[in-house]
Amino acid sequence: MLFKMENIINITVEDRNGTTQTIEVPTDINLSLMEILKASEYNILATCVGMALCATCHVQILNGMDSLSEATEQELDMLDTLPDADAESRLACQLHLTNENEGLTLKIRGTLQ
Amino acid sequence: MIKTDICIIGAGPVGLFAVFEAGLLKMRCHLIDVLPQVGGQLSEIYPHKPIYDIPGYPTIKAQELVDRQMEQIAPFKPTFTLGERVENLQKQDDGSYHVIGSDGTIIHCQVIVIAGGLGCFEPRKPDLVNLELYEKSHVHYMVKDPERFRDKRIVIAGGGDSALDWTVYLANIAKEVTLVHRNDSFRGAPDSAEKVYHLAQNGKINLLMSHNLVSLGGNGHLEHIHLTNKQKEDIIVPTEDFIPLYGLSPKLGPIAEWGLNIDKNAIEVDTFDYATNIERIYAIGDINTYPGKLKLILCGYHEAALMCQSAFKYVYPDQKLSFKYTTVNGVNAF
Repeated sequence: MLFKMENIINITVEDRNGTTQTIEVPTDINLSLMEILKASEYNILATCVGMALCATCHVQILNGMDSLSEATEQELDMLDTLPDADAESRLACQLHLTNENEGLTLKIRGTLQ
Repeated sequence: MIKTDICIIGAGPVGLFAVFEAGLLKMRCHLIDVLPQVGGQLSEIYPHKPIYDIPGYPTIKAQELVDRQMEQIAPFKPTFTLGERVENLQKQDDGSYHVIGSDGTIIHCQVIVIAGGLGCFEPRKPDLVNLELYEKSHVHYMVKDPERFRDKRIVIAGGGDSALDWTVYLANIAKEVTLVHRNDSFRGAPDSAEKVYHLAQNGKINLLMSHNLVSLGGNGHLEHIHLTNKQKEDIIVPTEDFIPLYGLSPKLGPIAEWGLNIDKNAIEVDTFDYATNIERIYAIGDINTYPGKLKLILCGYHEAALMCQSAFKYVYPDQKLSFKYTTVNGVNAF
């Protein structure tokens, strides 16, 4: 076999306009979901660059919430301050995807200001 | 009035290092920061976290880095205005600037260096219809004077400590307090949450859990707020004032109003010298942007060094800059 697919998963992303596309994500690189989304040309401010301080990488998990790592107190505190967060909300900067996350579906919710 | 060569807005690690680089070129610096202490994010948000990518330190705690930088710049006797936000810049006839602080401090300088990091932390606004219409008169993102709400009907929104604490406090002052939270529980301090539940049970406040904000309504004056409950039914709550308390988020603040080229909350600069589009104003560190920008302290230090080489011509227009190594020339204190 020339190329092993075992460390690549597919996730589905819905942008702010409702456009949906599936992207391939390598799971053996040390990037957060926020960094992956930015690298995939999604418009995310990420003002604090991953410190869970600005919440501009707010995403709504439409499918696959159970396979994600649990939110830390810091992430929950930040989500709690958002006017538009709900039980499906996470901060993409705090998420590192693994092979367990195949099929993850999310919607980008973070503000652009 | 404070007089200096360079006014540095932001006293984080990059602003502090700019003092050193400026000092080597005999330029004096005054720093102004909205926070009450130096160090920026490092001191305010993660003083005990280790940083691993500072050259020469395999690991160093954030506060220790700030302390060491303060020691490093001490020979250049920087001066500070802390706990004050810069509101405005006024260009003078000779090209120099007055930097105006929110408490009235005026700093006269030849060059302005914006090293503002994430910017200022400003209240987060909820997304609801007609918010802007009533923003100036009836919407309060913080409670400055509780007495303003005496005998008024008010709606507070949010579920954090601030929303809980102000609900408890204002329950004794306002005529009617309604607390709206989108979740079915509070993550705020258990003590405060307990007090809020208690007030609600005793009919002292209206507590609306699992409700979402829709719009503000009225006729010139705020008269009611429109909500939906868990079953998506419409709820109208009469109110005179609306107090959304959703925490703080980093924003550029007044900097955005100074005519600088801005891209996604960051100031565009030329990588030749980290100059902005306005002469004599530079931007270094996390607050600037350019192709390939990396928000690293390390990169901010580099930007500070190049900025000073360029700023020299405004401070000493008649002198020629000669670059000297500290290993050859030492560090000559002021």
